[in-house]
Amino acid sequence: MRFTLKKDKSGVVVVGVEGQLIVGNRQELKQKVLDALEEGSRKFVIDFSKTGYIDSSGLGVLVSLSKKIREQGGELRLAGLNADLQTLFELTKLDTLFAITRTAEEALAAF
Amino acid sequence: MSLQLQVTPGSMRLDVPSDLRMVGDAVELVASHLPPGTLSPRRISFNLRTALAEALGNAIRYGTGEDPRRKVRVRVELGRDFVRIHVVDDGNGFDPSHTPDPTHPDNLEREFGRGLFVIRHLVDDVAFNEKGNGICLTLRAG
Repeated sequence: MRFTLKKDKSGVVVVGVEGQLIVGNRQELKQKVLDALEEGSRKFVIDFSKTGYIDSSGLGVLVSLSKKIREQGGELRLAGLNADLQTLFELTKLDTLFAITRTAEEALAAF
Repeated sequence: MSLQLQVTPGSMRLDVPSDLRMVGDAVELVASHLPPGTLSPRRISFNLRTALAEALGNAIRYGTGEDPRRKVRVRVELGRDFVRIHVVDDGNGFDPSHTPDPTHPDNLEREFGRGLFVIRHLVDDVAFNEKGNGICLTLRAG
């Protein structure tokens, strides 16, 4: 499992999540995104196209990050959810809280 | 810290140190040793992994207080048409009937409180022991 951060040419930070986002690594993701926020980035996409599973701690850190980014006038978008992850967001109603697109490219285009 | 999975016909056992960083490896160890055929690869890769990560995370965080000297015990029963996972900690337990609905609008933006809700949607049956420090997750074939 690992996280990658890349900034596209318009300044949007794309965070890749490889493997899983769970209780054991949520803090690492949180810190990486908060560091980028502290350095001035305001637009974020988290790309789950290489993610196998997310537990409730992972969902919770996304909620927390979304709030912190919004408080700074920014926006967090999610992309690349497989069918199971999409269902997870729907049953927890978190699909109503986040802008979710099929691909990271679509999320970038929507900013 | 290394994890040692004990495999016997029909069951597996694993002691997990109370360290949240061990959850991912423990889940992978159990999932990768399940015999093929009982559950679909998709149910193993998503439902079982997510539910086991939830149960371990809860046991480590709330049951054993992330004290690495303590352990969470995992026992897996392998039936012909089911997989049953018992996760037990040595904590004081909790009352699983008193958990707020995380999908209520007032709770939607809370960071925590979705674990049991997620587990209940991912497995076929959830049971708790009397003390509330043990959870049993059953996933059936089909």
